[in-house]
Amino acid sequence: MSGFAIEIENLTKEYPFGFLHLKKKTSLEGLNMQVEMGEVFGFIGPNGAGKSTTIKLLMGLIFPTAGTARILGRPISDVEMHKDIGYLPEQPYFYDYLTAAEVLDYFARFHDLKAADRKERVERMLKRVGLETARKIQLRKYSKGMLQRVGLAQAILHDPKLVILDEPMSGLDPVGRREVRDIILELKREGKTVMFSTHILSDAETLCDRVGVIVGGKLRGVGAPGQLVDMKTQGMEILFALTGANNAPFLAKATKTGEYYRLQVAEGELYAAIGQLRGAGARILSVTQVKATLEEFFMNLVEADRAQAAAVEVSGK
Amino acid sequence: MKRVGIVALNTFREAVRDRVLYNLVFFALLMMLAAVVVGQISIGIEESVIVSLGLSAISVIGLLISVFIGVALVSKEMEKRTLYALLAKPVRRWEFLLGKFGGLVLTLAVNIAAMAAGLFLVMLYVKHSLQQSDAVVLVAVYFIWLKLALIVALALMFSCFTTPLLAILFTAGLYIVGLYVQELRNLPVDVMSPAMAAFTKWLSYLLPNFENFNVMAMAAHGRAVPGRLILQNTLYAVIYCAIVLTGAAAVFSRKNLK
Repeated sequence: MSGFAIEIENLTKEYPFGFLHLKKKTSLEGLNMQVEMGEVFGFIGPNGAGKSTTIKLLMGLIFPTAGTARILGRPISDVEMHKDIGYLPEQPYFYDYLTAAEVLDYFARFHDLKAADRKERVERMLKRVGLETARKIQLRKYSKGMLQRVGLAQAILHDPKLVILDEPMSGLDPVGRREVRDIILELKREGKTVMFSTHILSDAETLCDRVGVIVGGKLRGVGAPGQLVDMKTQGMEILFALTGANNAPFLAKATKTGEYYRLQVAEGELYAAIGQLRGAGARILSVTQVKATLEEFFMNLVEADRAQAAAVEVSGK
Repeated sequence: MKRVGIVALNTFREAVRDRVLYNLVFFALLMMLAAVVVGQISIGIEESVIVSLGLSAISVIGLLISVFIGVALVSKEMEKRTLYALLAKPVRRWEFLLGKFGGLVLTLAVNIAAMAAGLFLVMLYVKHSLQQSDAVVLVAVYFIWLKLALIVALALMFSCFTTPLLAILFTAGLYIVGLYVQELRNLPVDVMSPAMAAFTKWLSYLLPNFENFNVMAMAAHGRAVPGRLILQNTLYAVIYCAIVLTGAAAVFSRKNLK
């Protein structure tokens, strides 16, 4: 087996539409990407970027127009490989006539687990996702967040080597999101590979070893969150407090938040600014480097994509 | 095949929990009413009226379940996306399809068996005893079950490539056409062009022949059904179902889910 949990080569998905299906919409264009064994990989992009399409292609729910992919060294068409994969669909929905314990037991049966083992795992998973008290309630009475927890439980029930989660934080309250984050980190500690899609960039930044940014069906960047954004310091931010009225010239550039001021200056001007602040009687609380965030990187890509799309539309007219 | 069994048992559980078997209450009420009324209005032919009525009710109830639930078996899973998590397990699409088919056929077997038991109870009430010749009613019930299995297979196949509404229309349409296959074979071919005669003959063998499964008149009059017909109908249903399900699996295995 290679060192990659997922290897994607030139994966493309087009959907026919219109009269006689003569027109084609490209949801994913020539995707090339690898997810390494044991890493937490975040797949980020705006709605409709192609994240779910990629995941569905990997899970064999839809079929590629071109390209190939391998999971754990085996082609995605090999269903037996699903024994080692856990998958949480986007906005999951399960048989609503079953209880959480029944649905987990049902899925566990496909993994050839013995009855006692199944029972023990189901109980453990229900506890892990915080559903042990609701275990005997039919899923038709579950909230969206509870269904998401059931989805997560069924994805990790059989102790898979690779876990693919499509928008795992969707529909969850802050407590639920925290719990999912903890589960992802726990899976990483256990040596599992986790790939999850999200549009919540803070989650990706906190959890992921590497992220892939997809916009408009094309992969725009892959790497550690810190590598993707420009690591060069964009300036320095000084946080200070000022007592009494003051009309020092730098105050016009500062932003007041509550009783504190923030002033952003170029790196070379830092000491001069500190000197001015001290001269004006300011109490300096902290000095921090200003770097681009993943969000800024992401927004730049999205805006560039929109501008390109608009340009194409104008030239088409 | 173990995975097929897991899906089938869950499909049966779904039918039970979705109250599909509630039709048994309707059937029981109908038969009780029939037992009372028939005794008063049809002196001498109570048995045949009860058998005809009972078998017709089993057939109609079974038809409704086969067509409507047969179409929903896969389309509901696709629409509600319950299929996503399942197909991410080590399950092949044809295994899922066969499991859904098996589950509904099992549901129909239990349902029909319960209705048949009810019919025999009413026959016992009307006649005060049962004879060996009444076993023909069991054969008629078995044939209804085979016919329904064939309808489920057709409903499942249509639902794999068209909308649920169209699948219901196609299945119901094919059932009605299938009742008249014998008439198609009896058309006077000597007045047709050779091409038309060949086409008619070809079509009559391609379409499912549901008339073969109808032994209601024999059952109503206590006439025995030849063993050859039992074997022939069993083989016909198994082979036809296998062909239709293979077609359904071929379509479904290439289907992009929403």
